[in-house]
Amino acid sequence: MLLLFEAILCMRHLFKRRNRVEVLRQMFTGGIKSLAVITVVASFTGMILALQTGIEMRRFGQEVYIGAAVMVSMLREMGPFMTGLILAASVGSSIAAQMGTMVVSEEIAALELMSINPVRFLVMPRLVAMAIMTPFLSFYSCIMGVVGGGIVGMTQLNVPWSAYIDNATRFADNKDLFVGMLKAFLFGIIIVIIACHQGFATTQGAVGVGNATRRTVILSFLTILIVGYMITRFFYV
Amino acid sequence: MIKLENVTKILGERRILDGVNLEVRRGETLFVVGPSGTGKSVTLKHMIRLMTPDEGRVVVDGEVVSEAAGKDLERIRDKFGVLFQGGALLEWLNVAENVALPLREKTKLSEDEIDAKVMEKLTMVGLEKDMVKYPSEISGGMRKRVGLARAIVMDPQIILYDEPTSGLDPVSSRMIDRLIDHLKNELGVTSVVVTHDLHSALSIGTRIAMLTGGKIVELATPGDFVKSQVDEVQQFLESQFITVRGEWEKKGL
Ligand SMILES: Nc1ncnc2c1ncn2[C@@H]1O[C@H](COP(=O)(O)OP(=O)(O)OP(=O)(O)O)[C@@H](O)[C@H]1O
Ligand SMILES: [Mg+2]
Repeated sequence: MLLLFEAILCMRHLFKRRNRVEVLRQMFTGGIKSLAVITVVASFTGMILALQTGIEMRRFGQEVYIGAAVMVSMLREMGPFMTGLILAASVGSSIAAQMGTMVVSEEIAALELMSINPVRFLVMPRLVAMAIMTPFLSFYSCIMGVVGGGIVGMTQLNVPWSAYIDNATRFADNKDLFVGMLKAFLFGIIIVIIACHQGFATTQGAVGVGNATRRTVILSFLTILIVGYMITRFFYV
Repeated sequence: MIKLENVTKILGERRILDGVNLEVRRGETLFVVGPSGTGKSVTLKHMIRLMTPDEGRVVVDGEVVSEAAGKDLERIRDKFGVLFQGGALLEWLNVAENVALPLREKTKLSEDEIDAKVMEKLTMVGLEKDMVKYPSEISGGMRKRVGLARAIVMDPQIILYDEPTSGLDPVSSRMIDRLIDHLKNELGVTSVVVTHDLHSALSIGTRIAMLTGGKIVELATPGDFVKSQVDEVQQFLESQFITVRGEWEKKGL
């Protein structure tokens, strides 16, 4: 938590060009490289959602409502949630491992000695990058999910593409989009802060780095679940 | 210039430093020797407050480092250049960028001035041809020399070296020795060198301290050090006896 405030304080350094370049680099390593796995996971989630709800609804002849079902659940819950989990497991763990290794090999000590604040130099760019990238990736995963659902609709449930999209857009509103983006934004922050915190707290060489990585993934998963639930409760109950 | 007063440090269960008293004089090259794991690196870390003593205190130029914080600590640390045992280079920056890092972050020099300075320091350590390589592409000895170039790039008054020559070939080792000596003679730099390399210690040290069992058991000029009657020093010398004794007796020490 303290780390978060310090990192936010360090954001004033964003005015320097070099720091912005670093943010862009982190956006690439953290975000763009996760696109492939997010594409696969999101489209399959959409397909599963469509199939499950479609089978039920077919009994009432209401298959077309899979559009709304997929769209709303992807936007509100599944999109940010799955993006969060994927990023925690990939980006979060790699940040923790990197920070941990830097502690072990005295690189952090060397930075401190040069009076280079590790929070400004390492945490802040990652935080900004992920706070921006996670909502984008989450939105992208929603699109992929909806496309996946649509494909299942066309091929398995005889729901025409246009009817599916029409149904999907009719039932989703801006609030769903907003809540989803807010979740993703918070998940991005949670992942970076937990990963850096665990990484910096590393002791005892390679074993310590392993522990920091494991704790990062577990803690991020739990926090994402809990925060996700709280936000849903706050906005929809 | 640097004074450790009764410094005690407990790490885990062990009392690593047990009342260390040591004074480093301005302009000298003090060597610290001792068996592996006795706390030589820990001693260095106390001088720059990467570790804080459990008892006792550390004073640099009349300022108590072990209690300094914020801007004061920053100012004290700015006097130091430190070569870490493993080099402590940032993996995603190449050799030249690593050396340039303190200049880029802390000074307002132009890119041209920075390049010139980086080139100068890398030439001093003999790595001017490897500027664009990444730390993962160079050997341990080379990493150490890059670390050294980074340590001296801000022209510090005090340089701490943690095993500058271990893992280096003899020719490079002697080059590092000459560099340390050059910095002392030309620029009046104060150095503290942790090493297992008795050859360096005897040839360029002004004094040698032996740390063992958490205490300084001997502190003497090279000439007196080889004649020391302290058991641990005797053992340490004996382990490197053949070369050392022969050579140093010939020089009439
Ligand atoms: N951060 C730490 N936490 C716990 N124990 C530590 C820590 N740092 C060092 N130690 C312990 O302190 C002892 C001294 O370590 P130090 O690195 O100073 O040894 P050294 O004299 O430099 O040895 P070497 O010649 O091998 O570098 C070791 O036994 C080490 O296990
Ligand atoms: Mg050591």
